[in-house]
Amino acid sequence: MLLAVIAIGVVIVALLWDLVLPSLKEKVERYRARRAIIPGTSYDPGRERRAEQRARQLLKSCVNDEEWAMYRDLGFIRVWGAMARAPRRGRIGDDPRAGAPYAYLVYPHKPIVAYLPQTRELLNEYCVEFPDETRPYGSARLPDSDDVLAKWMALTGDERRLIATANMHLPGRQVDPKQVRRDLWRLGQWESERMRRTPRSPGEVTAP
Amino acid sequence: MKPGHGEVLIAEGDVEVAEEEELLVEEFRRQLDQGMWAAVPERTTAGRREARMVKAFDEIPRDADRVIFFPRAAGGS
Repeated sequence: MLLAVIAIGVVIVALLWDLVLPSLKEKVERYRARRAIIPGTSYDPGRERRAEQRARQLLKSCVNDEEWAMYRDLGFIRVWGAMARAPRRGRIGDDPRAGAPYAYLVYPHKPIVAYLPQTRELLNEYCVEFPDETRPYGSARLPDSDDVLAKWMALTGDERRLIATANMHLPGRQVDPKQVRRDLWRLGQWESERMRRTPRSPGEVTAP
Repeated sequence: MKPGHGEVLIAEGDVEVAEEEELLVEEFRRQLDQGMWAAVPERTTAGRREARMVKAFDEIPRDADRVIFFPRAAGGS
């Protein structure tokens, strides 16, 4: 009799064990996962702010005074195009605008916008990135001012190569044309105000 | 330039000192091998600032005070 009771007990325990074990294991794993120390690749606003401050200083030390003031006040930089001919717009062949002075608006982490300053006509968007695949903090994205500086260096140093690398699109694909036109208007106002206030200095960049 | 860092000093030295120049050449090559682009900010005779992209150590002006390395451009979406 006793033997039978013990046998039944063992069977019950074995059956219960099969039922309870998986959920017990899951609970233990969840507990461990909650307590686990994850390497610090999370977003740290303080670190990003410090990085951006350093990037701003570097940008300031590289670009012209006017360009720095433009970036500080307006949030973008205008870079004059140096190629002999203005970039072609889409597939248009005989473009009367070819050869006209052109410029780029360089925004942080947005496509570069090419336009004709005389008419404020938008020509193209050049989508280009500078991803750091080592991802030191889990992100390949440079600080905003570093992204602007990278574009500025690539445009002033080797415009042709940068434009060849970028993906070209018609205006309006990523950057709202209304926003760009507003920015061009703001730039015009800003320049007028600046010319009124300060005499021309050697650091200013004029149209070619 | 690095994400989360901004400007990072990689190496410094005087190109007139042979040992230091060697170190700079080595570091320059290492950065380019990692796929970085190198640029030297400079001022033109007209007083305008621009960058000079360099692909070899010899292309760096001897009086350049710095070379900036940044990730190579890639076409975005």
